Amino acid sequence: MNYLEIKDLRAQIEDKEILQGLNLTIPKGEVHAIMGPNGSGKSTLSKVLAGHEDYEVSSGSALLDGKEILGMEPDAISRLGLFLAFQYPLEVPGVSIANFIRAALQGRLAENETLDAVGYYKDLYARMDELGIDRKFTSRSVNEGFSGGEKKRCEILQMAMLKPKYCILDETDSGLDIDALKIVAKGVNQMRNPDRGILVITHYQRLLEYIVPDKVHVMWEGGIALTGDKELALELEAKGYDWVREELVA
Amino acid sequence: MIQPTKIDVDRDKGNFRYETDYQYDAGVGLREEVVQYISEVKGEDEWIRDYRLKALDTFFRKPMPTHWATKDLENIHFDKIRYYLAKGQQPSRTWEDVPDDVKQTFERLGIPEQERKFLAGVEAQFDSEAAYSRMKVELEKEGVIFVGSSDGLKDHPEIFRKWFGKVIPASDNKFSALNAAVFSGGSFIYVPPGVKLAQPLQAYFRINAENFGQFERTLIIADEGAELTYMEGCTAPKFETATLHSAVVELVAMPGAKIQYITVQNWSNNVFNLVTKRAMAHEESEVRWIDCNIGSRLTMKYPGVILKGRKARGEVLSIALANDGQHQDTGAKMVHAADETTSNIIAKSISIGKGRSSYRGLVQIPGHLRNCRNNTECDALLINANSRTDTYPAITVRGNGNAVQHEASVSKLNAEQIFYMRQRGLTESDAVSLSVNGFVNDLIREFPMEYSVELKRLIDMEMEGSVG
Repeated sequence: MNYLEIKDLRAQIEDKEILQGLNLTIPKGEVHAIMGPNGSGKSTLSKVLAGHEDYEVSSGSALLDGKEILGMEPDAISRLGLFLAFQYPLEVPGVSIANFIRAALQGRLAENETLDAVGYYKDLYARMDELGIDRKFTSRSVNEGFSGGEKKRCEILQMAMLKPKYCILDETDSGLDIDALKIVAKGVNQMRNPDRGILVITHYQRLLEYIVPDKVHVMWEGGIALTGDKELALELEAKGYDWVREELVA
Repeated sequence: MIQPTKIDVDRDKGNFRYETDYQYDAGVGLREEVVQYISEVKGEDEWIRDYRLKALDTFFRKPMPTHWATKDLENIHFDKIRYYLAKGQQPSRTWEDVPDDVKQTFERLGIPEQERKFLAGVEAQFDSEAAYSRMKVELEKEGVIFVGSSDGLKDHPEIFRKWFGKVIPASDNKFSALNAAVFSGGSFIYVPPGVKLAQPLQAYFRINAENFGQFERTLIIADEGAELTYMEGCTAPKFETATLHSAVVELVAMPGAKIQYITVQNWSNNVFNLVTKRAMAHEESEVRWIDCNIGSRLTMKYPGVILKGRKARGEVLSIALANDGQHQDTGAKMVHAADETTSNIIAKSISIGKGRSSYRGLVQIPGHLRNCRNNTECDALLINANSRTDTYPAITVRGNGNAVQHEASVSKLNAEQIFYMRQRGLTESDAVSLSVNGFVNDLIREFPMEYSVELKRLIDMEMEGSVG
């Protein structure tokens, strides 16, 4: 039951099938990485799992600790414990980071419960300090006018605050300089624990130097083509994706 | 994607009424005898009765403004409306004197115990008469007058008559003429020179008789260097047939005075809310209208400031929320009539479902004036694909050395943004509410604390069921 288990997942957008029978299991306590060329379906996988309604699932299943999440509402999936760090985080004008995260946490409580404000801010400030986010950010509108690095740090902050069971990081390294990358990686590494599974989606091996995965999967045409340990990422980096094509044809 | 859906807002929240006995009833329809009756019941002087009758004549002669405004105005049946209903009681002085059914109203309004105590210092209008009115002792000590308009007329004629109808003459428009003919209720406030009121003056009012139009009349005078904030807010009972509400509010800010007038209204879906609000701002005075319109079938309201004295400043901050079957036709008027006058207009509207919001602005800076400035910003947010917004800004700026700045934007609720928020665990309606609250947040901050909380709650209530 302690798995995010994806079986034979097929999904399409506007009649174009993107995921073509994908199988993947992420156990709690492990960090897996998915690498793959543009258009292989990496981002589609994350959006389908998060319940984005633009994608139509034609078959397969995705079980979060044994519970089917395909077909569930995005917010229900979130509350069940799946967090998606967006490749392009959206701006929410007029809504402060503090209020946004607070609303998200409040939404996880029973109707008659109220979030303890003092404890909340204590936790928020602690996580912000760890991620090197200035406390002034609490009153800034979510992602509005943020730099690329600030947006990604804000994603990790939300992840740290919501304490999900499974995290998917969609190209979190894109648009980050090396310093920002190190901070984000540190934030993710702090979240590694036996009760949490993490899936890192990336185009480049660079991120995996800082977030060392237990397993690396290569995505190819809507499925997982290869699976290996962290060495696979290095091999891929050295040989390029054409090597995967040759491997598959061979 | 956010799909256009049928809006199913539970209007019963905040809607209520119960049986009330009326001692005075002017009957159905609008005739000279009705006006005579109102004037008689109120025991008014001849001059005000003549004023009413003349205004009635003006009302009959003026055409409906449908050449620029919505044709929906034609659906007001003036001959089916009751123009005056009253319980005939004297305004109460203490809480104990307040009739139980009025207390019941406060109960239903959900006014917290604390605030009920606070109400001891305010006037709350019940139907067309002030049912409860008690001035704070401190106010009296300062020489502040805060009474119902009928009392103002009777007890303070020397101030009342001097200013009444001067900012908004009866002939200003068809509905100001109607109000001048049949007005009843509303507040009369006078703040003596140099008196600065730290606490806002509040009026709670509502309407509670089917087919009963409410025509309150408010006149506020802040003498030299005086300062006050006035707040009005209301929830309306539910009616089967259309109801007309047509108020007139006149503000006079003498040199150096500051007036802030705050309105939060949430009318039920069948109310025509046609209100004329205008201020006269003398030298170095400041007038600020903060206006939030939720509900009603049609609201037409363009708070204005005539910037009559040098360095006078006028401001309108407005939020309008139009749900299914509602049209919020709101805006602002800034008439610059002296050098170095400045005005600022920030209007935000939200259209939900088939709701329609229109912004109408009028800014005039004539050529002979120097160093006048206006800033106008209007932003519209559309929630559903079939929501509608229009903007009609009319800005006339002549001469050199005057500056005007105008910005307008229309945005649609972003489906990806909602998905992002839902991914964090917010339900769709919470996500939409939070976005909408975010959209108006910078304006809501301008409201006093207790109102901003209520406003957010009202917006949340309106957003319920708007998506799905």
